Amino acid sequence: MSIGISMERVDEIINSYGALRHHLIAIMQDIQAEYKYLDPSVLERIAEKLNIGVAKVYSVATFYENFSLEAKGKYIIKVCDGTACHVRKSEPIYKALRSYLGLEGKQKTSADRLFTLETVACLGACSLAPAMTVNDEVYAKMTPETAVALIEKLKRKEEFENA
Amino acid sequence: MPKMTRGDFQDLRAEAKELLFRQRRQVLVCGGTACIASGAMKVYEYLKEECARRGIEISVDLKHETDDDDTGFHLKKSGCHGFCEIGPLVSIQPLNVLYTHVKVEDCDEIIERTILGDEIIERLLYTGNGKTCLNRDQIPFCKNQYRVVLRNSGLTDAEDMWEYVAMGGYSALEKALFEMTDVEICREISDSGLRGRGGGGFPTGRKWESVRRNVADVKYVVCNGDEGDPGAFMDQGIMEGSPHSVIEGMIIAGVATGATEGYIYVRAEYPLAVERLRSAIAKAEEAGFLGDDIMGSGHSFHMHINRGAGAFVCGEGSALTASIEGKRGMPRVKPPRTVDKGLWARPTVLNNVETYANVPLIITNGAEWFASIGTEKSSGTKVFALTGNVVNTGLIEVPMGTTLREVIFDIGGGIKDGKKFKAVQIGGPSGGCLTEEHLDMGLDYDSLKKLGAMIGSGGLVVMDEDTCMVEVARFFMHFTQNESCGKCVPCREGTRRMLEILEKIVANEGTLEDLDMLEELSATITETALCGLGQSACKPVQSTLKHFRNEYLAHVVDKHCPHCNGRKKELQIDPELCRGCGKCKNQCPMEAIDGQIRMPHTIDTTKCVKCGACWGTCPFGAIREE
Repeated sequence: MSIGISMERVDEIINSYGALRHHLIAIMQDIQAEYKYLDPSVLERIAEKLNIGVAKVYSVATFYENFSLEAKGKYIIKVCDGTACHVRKSEPIYKALRSYLGLEGKQKTSADRLFTLETVACLGACSLAPAMTVNDEVYAKMTPETAVALIEKLKRKEEFENA
Repeated sequence: MPKMTRGDFQDLRAEAKELLFRQRRQVLVCGGTACIASGAMKVYEYLKEECARRGIEISVDLKHETDDDDTGFHLKKSGCHGFCEIGPLVSIQPLNVLYTHVKVEDCDEIIERTILGDEIIERLLYTGNGKTCLNRDQIPFCKNQYRVVLRNSGLTDAEDMWEYVAMGGYSALEKALFEMTDVEICREISDSGLRGRGGGGFPTGRKWESVRRNVADVKYVVCNGDEGDPGAFMDQGIMEGSPHSVIEGMIIAGVATGATEGYIYVRAEYPLAVERLRSAIAKAEEAGFLGDDIMGSGHSFHMHINRGAGAFVCGEGSALTASIEGKRGMPRVKPPRTVDKGLWARPTVLNNVETYANVPLIITNGAEWFASIGTEKSSGTKVFALTGNVVNTGLIEVPMGTTLREVIFDIGGGIKDGKKFKAVQIGGPSGGCLTEEHLDMGLDYDSLKKLGAMIGSGGLVVMDEDTCMVEVARFFMHFTQNESCGKCVPCREGTRRMLEILEKIVANEGTLEDLDMLEELSATITETALCGLGQSACKPVQSTLKHFRNEYLAHVVDKHCPHCNGRKKELQIDPELCRGCGKCKNQCPMEAIDGQIRMPHTIDTTKCVKCGACWGTCPFGAIREE
């Protein structure tokens, strides 16, 4: 079993939905909200409790973009790349953050496990384009500079708190 | 608490109206996603605390216990005004003023001068083209709209159910329950000419009638709030700003078709919409608008919320119902249609958020009233999300048949930075682009379909002369490719090949044969894909190939796109036109422009990299290619 995951809590969430199969997505959403990702041990537990195959649980977990099977950073940064943000130049923001966080290839989470960088199709804040979110809080009209400054501030705050 | 009867409802409605009428001062802070992102909730909390500190009793609910010594001051979170760019917005009624860009620092002054003193603070008003606008009715962006679905958005408290009731809410439900038969409701909706607002434009009344006629142990009403089109946020605005109108529309659909269970499927990216709907459902259940034997009518209706998990394809009907069932959201072959075998293989009414929000209005005001708005075959209004390179962005509502020119220039205020209009992408990744020649065409289902575009859910992304349309086509194909569920081959493989070709062309490595291949693949995928996502995936490519073939040729033949690769020719400043404002000088990244202020400037061609930054910024059009 993975460290930090309480199977009692997982069971509690499953039971809050009456352990019904059609609530599979909602169950996984609630568990992910708590642990930020879905550990294999969790997926197996869900399969057992809902009395469905593990493969079936995996098939749903991997189909939807929002589910992550990998542990994520403390701060989840989502840069919007919807049409409106795209035409107002969101890509340079994403690239600037990638290089600031030192992410390479398919890597999404920074080496210090503080930040996970993702793109999102549309946040529905098109009139404030380009937009991004950090742990679901929306930041409007960003530039590569302001985005990096925002992350830098969070990083310094973390260093300060852990010092 | 005893169950609410029809009589109780009428009494409560009268009381709510009376209470609303008595409010002396309403302070409405916009609580839409965009205004919150700009800091609206900080303003709300500050106003609340500061009023309390000063001993001003300000209530946040319509129904509260201290009616007798009610000071008449009310603080509310309103739905989205639509003009998100100038947020956070604070509206003060009945003074009818709208303050823009309100910050916490402005709040003390607002309390002293406006809330207590009836005075207007000029510097917080909207100014455009040198004109100061007191309220929404004077702002060009707003006054050129015709708001039906969004009529209360911005004017009432989005979270207060009784205020919705006071404004006429749930009265349509009362009428549907006690004064109409199921057949009559379906006919009323049919006669109104309401068509699905989610894209396809299928007549809503006909859909309901099919479900009504179907016999089954249980039937369902499903609301599609999985608004996944990038650049679209109409349904978000409605769900956040008027959640009860969606709920009421769904209950009426249930009454009309004999369905007793309702599901709303909302994108996970809209946490505020989920929260507002959840609380609205809880309040409606508590009051007795939802549940068993509604107002003693014998009709029952129960409602559930499902959060999407980030799959665009779930906007497709059969994928959406599969997702509610807890499965992978993959479309299936049709028929059977959703009206026959939808959710859990039972007859299902599946409509979009905006469609349901129209229903109570049609029942209250009658089919004739609704049919009188818009055009003959597309009645009513449509909400659009106006974004991109346009001066005023935001959520707008206009009658069907309004021209693109009115939308972009009268409401949108024209193109940003004084540039020229090039195209507008309508209907997101499933739609096409419209160009200058279509500016005077009315926006309705049929005229758009003829042009190979579609109204879609209503996203309008405006593009200026500097946008490369090949890049736009690549962007949409990248999106669709990413969202292809992988079930059918044409979409899974075809869109991947198309994306590869488009990437090659954008990199100036394409050939003329590639253009033919794009056309051939587009035709094949459109013909053979399983669901709407695949069938419409090629529309952006097809329409850009049709209207902007020259831009593809610039990439393929010239191997140089003026938008992507900068200008090839030398740039020069016309000394006759240059007024020496210095804007170009400030913009130039190479410091290639020199000149004294108010004197004609010159470009040093040895330093210039022809990026065109100066060209875009010149207000006098003095910079030219030589």
